[in-house]
Amino acid sequence: MRITADTIRLAVPIIALVALLCGVFWLQPRAMSYNGLNLLFNLAVPIALATLAQMFIIAVNDLDLSMGAFVGFVACVTATFLNDTPLLGALILLAAIAVYAVLGVVIHLRALPSIVVTLGMSFVWLGLAVLILPAPGGAAPPWIRSLMTVKPPLLPMAIVASLLIAFVAHLIIARSSLGVLIRGVGGNERSVARAGWSVVATRAAAYALAGFFGVLAGMALVGLTTSADANIALRYTLLSIAGVILGGGEFIGGRVSAIGAVIGALTLTLAGSFLSFLRLPSDFQIGAQGAILILVLALRLGLDAMERRTKGRR
Amino acid sequence: MPPGPPVGGIGVMNKSNSLLAVTNASQKFGEVRALDAASLSVGQGECIGLVGHNGAGKSTLVNVMNGALVPQSGQIAAAGSTARWDVAAARAFGLRCVFQELSLCPNLTVAENARLLHRADFSWGWRTAARRLSLAALDEVFPGHGIDPSRQVASLPIAQRQMVEIALAFARTATPPRLVILDEPTSSLDSGIAGQLLAHVRRFVDAGGAVLLISHILPEILESATRIVVMKDGRVVADRPAAKFTQDSVVAAMGSAATAAARQRNPTAAPADATPALSIAAKGGFAIHASKGEVVGLSGLAGHGQTELLRQLHGQLSPSWRASPNPGVAFVAGDRQFDGVFPLWSIRRNLTLSALSALTRRGLIDTDAEERAAEDWRTRIGIRSPDLGLPILSLSGGNQQKVLFARALLAAAPVVLMDDPMRGVDIGTKREVYAMIHAEAEAGRAFLWYSTEIEEMSLCDRVYVFREGEVVAELVGAAITEEAILAASFVGVAA
Repeated sequence: MRITADTIRLAVPIIALVALLCGVFWLQPRAMSYNGLNLLFNLAVPIALATLAQMFIIAVNDLDLSMGAFVGFVACVTATFLNDTPLLGALILLAAIAVYAVLGVVIHLRALPSIVVTLGMSFVWLGLAVLILPAPGGAAPPWIRSLMTVKPPLLPMAIVASLLIAFVAHLIIARSSLGVLIRGVGGNERSVARAGWSVVATRAAAYALAGFFGVLAGMALVGLTTSADANIALRYTLLSIAGVILGGGEFIGGRVSAIGAVIGALTLTLAGSFLSFLRLPSDFQIGAQGAILILVLALRLGLDAMERRTKGRR
Repeated sequence: MPPGPPVGGIGVMNKSNSLLAVTNASQKFGEVRALDAASLSVGQGECIGLVGHNGAGKSTLVNVMNGALVPQSGQIAAAGSTARWDVAAARAFGLRCVFQELSLCPNLTVAENARLLHRADFSWGWRTAARRLSLAALDEVFPGHGIDPSRQVASLPIAQRQMVEIALAFARTATPPRLVILDEPTSSLDSGIAGQLLAHVRRFVDAGGAVLLISHILPEILESATRIVVMKDGRVVADRPAAKFTQDSVVAAMGSAATAAARQRNPTAAPADATPALSIAAKGGFAIHASKGEVVGLSGLAGHGQTELLRQLHGQLSPSWRASPNPGVAFVAGDRQFDGVFPLWSIRRNLTLSALSALTRRGLIDTDAEERAAEDWRTRIGIRSPDLGLPILSLSGGNQQKVLFARALLAAAPVVLMDDPMRGVDIGTKREVYAMIHAEAEAGRAFLWYSTEIEEMSLCDRVYVFREGEVVAELVGAAITEEAILAASFVGVAA
């Protein structure tokens, strides 16, 4: 197999994940078990889903700053409406996905900066979530709860779910025609339009997919926490962006990888656990997490530069 | 069929073998007349060579043909097609375009690009089909190409990218190609690969297809084309079988309009002992010199390295960290939106920006001095505005350009670089600015002036002609003629 830029991109987060995993096992050998792994990666599942949602937005050269608030809103809907009146709850979630598609259309047609629109939307989602659930509470629908606590043979749920999610998202973004179209819009919007495709429909589809994965993230989160709160997922906005970039994605140019994004999300979650195991004072943990992020990205820049040099010599 | 087809609509074809005909198309962009009643008809089995200098209207005509632009007046008629002529209709008709700037998606693989370009041809299992299609297309046009269709386009060298784009345009799909427009297709191909392409063009044309070939390499055109169309100033000025042309007659046709621009400069200016203001070795063996008081022109077809040279010079001559009150170089942007005006700022601040460090007292801007400097230049260069405090966008394009000139001249830089500054500027403003340039040159500045308009070169003391990133000719004084510049811009004519 030829070593392409994409393999290097994917190799870096894998190396980072394996290195962190080795560190965790070395510090805490008991983590090397079915239950240990499940605990380590449990909370990675909603983060991975939110990261994939962000990936669809980044694939069309946009950025979603409302992801955290949106996941929180979905969590609140899941813990209340979806639990009490499932039909109404499902309708609300479908409407939320439709709103995402409309956002894509509006951003495209009015040539608005996605950052501004989604920043505004983040307050809308947060406000709606607070209206639905003014204080922490609600209850996870039993079927979601049992889905998130299922104990498959061989591998723990968190690993199986991550693999499954990565596989499905990979099929969508890398193998389907729609995925090619979405990445094409990110790569060269004009040539996509010249070939007779509708760029606005493609952007709407990308946003709708983001909304769909965001809904899954909120539902998975409630399945783990059993109750919800409007502020439950606010940090997902930046985590999801970091996960996409860590997983080999780029802010512009339609270069994204679903598998990389999931690995990026796992790496970010694990970095938190690793620092706890190090018994680092919690004051320093955020800073240390940032340092790990910078380290991994520096590694990728270095590999990119190396690749460019060998290419130049040819 | 109602009589009298609508503007930009579809007419009835009467010539039996004609595929696509544009009749009397006219298009104005602001002050610029891009197309002036241009007509072009492409028939089956024809390879038409389209030549012309910058601004001749080639690109606009191509955009009319491929449906991206509906001309302000004129008709388009396509054989057997009655749909409204737009991009989709053109594609359904079998019209394919290869543009000068590469238009593949760099982040996708070759096969994925094939999937995007030929939207109707794939369903389930498209990955294999797309790979097979792109491989077959490449094999057909460029045998022995060695390109793996599952490679990402960005990872391919530029020549292979261009090969992919060309091959995909000729690909046999559900709507087979009938007319392929190639805009400078060989610009990054070596001669062997270019030969393969031209051979394929001939095969394609022999099989009943049609090709419109735009190129600055005249032997290529004369060899491959069955008919040559020469454009100038938005008009078709010659349209004859290729056999009736020679390289010299093509060049002569491109420059047929009378060059009335009176020479304002003394042709014997710039004596050999003049103080050199600037000297840089350019690719192609020529060193570019500019002496104090000299106006040096950079000419040739657009995009052949002139802007790059100006940018490189500007980078070399300007300090990277601290702005000096006495800068060594000033730059006049041609693309005002891209690197010219600050759209939210006032006229005054746009004008004085280059000299801010000279207008600063104790770290703060001396507003009185700024105002004086701005007012001074307003009268000298004639900016038509009641108040310099108004936003820059309240000015017409020509007056905005004057502000950019004033900005460059305000800084007492000995060298002024001009990147095609007269783009879309009306003739009155041009005259005023020409006079300004010459007055400033007399005062001892050196000007390096890139222009896409050949007539402006007659206002220069010395002209360097660029081709493919290299300087291929140096013309001095009376040797600066339209014929000489055209001959040097196109490959194949003995200079």
